[in-house]
Amino acid sequence: MKLRTLAQAALLALTGLAGLAAAVPAAAQEKVQFFPSLTGRTGPVAPNATQFANGYADYMKLVNARGGINGVKTLVEECETAYATDRGVECYERLKGKHGGATVFQPLSTGITFALTEKVPVDKIPMITSGYGRSDSADGGVFKWNFPLIGHYWVAGDTLLQHIAKQEGGWDKLKGKKIAVVYHDSPFGKELLPIMQERSKMYGFELQMLPVPAPGVEQKAIWLQVRQQRPDFVVMQTWGVMTPTAIKEAIATGYPREKMFGTWWSGAEPDLRDIGAAAKGYSAVMMQHGAEPGSAVAKELLDKVHAKGQGTGPKEEVGQVIYMRGVVGAMLAVEGVRAAQERFGKNKVMTGEQARWGYENLNLTQPKLDALGFKGVMRPVSTSCVDHMGSAWARVHTWDGAKFTWASDWLQADDQIIRPLVKASADKYAAEKKLTRRDGADCQS
Amino acid sequence: MFYRENGQFKTSYRDDQRVFPILQDRFAIGLLLAFALIGVPLFADEYLFRAILIPFLILSLAALGLNVLVGYCGQISLGTGAFMAVGAYAAYNFLVRIEGMPLLGAILLGGACSTVVGVLFGIPSLRIKGLYLAVATLAAQFFVDWAFLRISWFTNNSSSGSVSVSNLNLFGIAIDSPFEKYLLCLTLVVVFAMLVKNLVRSHIGREWMAIRDMDVAAAVIGIRPVYAKLSAFAVSSFIVGVAGALWGFVHLGSWEPAAFSIDRSFQLLFMIIIGGLGSIMGSFFGAAFIVILPIVLNQLLPALGNVVGVTISTAVIAHTELMVFGALIVFFLIVEPHGLARLWSTLKEKLRLWPFPH
Repeated sequence: MKLRTLAQAALLALTGLAGLAAAVPAAAQEKVQFFPSLTGRTGPVAPNATQFANGYADYMKLVNARGGINGVKTLVEECETAYATDRGVECYERLKGKHGGATVFQPLSTGITFALTEKVPVDKIPMITSGYGRSDSADGGVFKWNFPLIGHYWVAGDTLLQHIAKQEGGWDKLKGKKIAVVYHDSPFGKELLPIMQERSKMYGFELQMLPVPAPGVEQKAIWLQVRQQRPDFVVMQTWGVMTPTAIKEAIATGYPREKMFGTWWSGAEPDLRDIGAAAKGYSAVMMQHGAEPGSAVAKELLDKVHAKGQGTGPKEEVGQVIYMRGVVGAMLAVEGVRAAQERFGKNKVMTGEQARWGYENLNLTQPKLDALGFKGVMRPVSTSCVDHMGSAWARVHTWDGAKFTWASDWLQADDQIIRPLVKASADKYAAEKKLTRRDGADCQS
Repeated sequence: MFYRENGQFKTSYRDDQRVFPILQDRFAIGLLLAFALIGVPLFADEYLFRAILIPFLILSLAALGLNVLVGYCGQISLGTGAFMAVGAYAAYNFLVRIEGMPLLGAILLGGACSTVVGVLFGIPSLRIKGLYLAVATLAAQFFVDWAFLRISWFTNNSSSGSVSVSNLNLFGIAIDSPFEKYLLCLTLVVVFAMLVKNLVRSHIGREWMAIRDMDVAAAVIGIRPVYAKLSAFAVSSFIVGVAGALWGFVHLGSWEPAAFSIDRSFQLLFMIIIGGLGSIMGSFFGAAFIVILPIVLNQLLPALGNVVGVTISTAVIAHTELMVFGALIVFFLIVEPHGLARLWSTLKEKLRLWPFPH
């Protein structure tokens, strides 16, 4: 009897499914540029990644309100990864062929980036990993499809150390000092370490490595170590729920927030809002943008998207750090397509392969950025066949108890140090994979 | 009427000992294999291969391995993720460090390394039983996680701790299309499923089951618990290790220890509990349930929303997926505590009596 009920239920579900499948592809085929969005709206990074996804979606809506990319409308479809690599791979497979083919992926997870790095060359889809993923992928000679635009972990780490050194009065003052690195025990956290080690060798400061197991909510032991060893500075490579946990533990152990510095992913409003005044003095390095509620693009987003009731998230988050990162990510994705259109034909939908050319030949000058509403938010970005990063500018901002304020002027990562590191790592990757560097002819294609 | 062995007389021992003694079973398995080999490639697209079928096959293999240990020998293990990790990292090291290492060789050697680690962590099973053993195998999980995160030799000194493998090739044939990958996984799964099926019918399998049902009684009738338990650990972790290597090489391409975390161990344990302990078919049912169902739910909900005319946000979909999935687990465990495989055998029983089932 039971079996029969089950069979009936299954049959019913199946007919339902078939009906649904028939109803879905009713949407009209329109000429659209498809931007897949891998989101982390649930899981350990949800407070931050949600803002990123909202910013990304909102900017794409704004592009459409402005008339599209030379007339081509943008389309975003989301797929939830919950920051898990296997779900991310599934999402990638699901979205890559939809709506005429994906233009560019931005996985927002270093783990997923590593997995997709092996897949995108086969599918010929570029991948933008602003400020995360593989740092060595800045070397376009080896990583043809990866674009860590506007910076990566090593840029963040280097500029942050520059800021600390400047505060202390010069690099030589760091000699003999102790810097603790609290990092997420995964490729995301470990990617920061080479630059820290390089700089520590150069200037003779001591590094204390403090790995925190994922997802990073268990940090008591780490901060007891910090209390015991009293490092002069703490650098935090944290993301999601891990950041507020770290700051709360620091408060509990009485470590001064003025001595704590976060990297690019570790200093945003959702991390500090609930802690409020107690987190005053905490700083984080920001590549290019920070919190920009006063920027022209934020105002335009409020006017043209949120005021029309089309905002993806709450209005209050427009202009916040991670929201802006989503906006900047979307802007870079769109501008690459625009650059590609210059070559392959305006008013046309670009394939992933064509868009890749656009990302490789991106030239966002200051007037162009200003016109897009990014005045004061960003500095020029220009990429080439060998340089897939485009700029290495950063600033440091500090939490004043309620909001972020700039604590430093523009800093630029030292190319003399980063370039050899990137090249060595990329060469190692190429040797492992038996790849040859791209030659001049390949750069033209 | 259709599924009845009446009239199928066995006239030799050979006939009597066949894997599938009933003609209809042989026929059904043959059809299933033909479907997997010829039917599926005809309609499956890249997404189905890469995102659903390949992970399903690999995790079925891992579940099959775990079922040997938990389902047949009764030793509960929470170290499956660890044994998968050992298989994956060992295979990676064999492939990278030894020039000209064939892919299949690396994968099987990965399994062999996993066997060694499995037997090592299986030794406590001689003294501790049941849930206490599960806790002891947790040690394997944490130790292996630690080793692959901290000892950089295992990851070929990669600065990020993530390793990657690409350009797979088997006997000179490049394995890069989804279909080829699927075929590789399918072949290994079929081979191992046959192997396990034969093992559990043999004297070794009967020893395992005797130990599972009552170890004191088993020892009294002359079964050596050391031998039976450790052989179960060995066979199980070998298969799990091979599955781990496939998961890294074929499915992910690039992985970190988090791919084989404690969550993976739990996931596999749930697979065999829901699928059916001590059943080969159950491993496949369980893997299908845990791998495919969430993805189907995830895609079904927006479609459902479209029909009604509501756009459901990504976060709501993700949450609903978890809730529905959880509810379905509870539902199936209540309706059939012995797992989906029992439903399968009940069905066969009914078919045997059809058209007069009672």
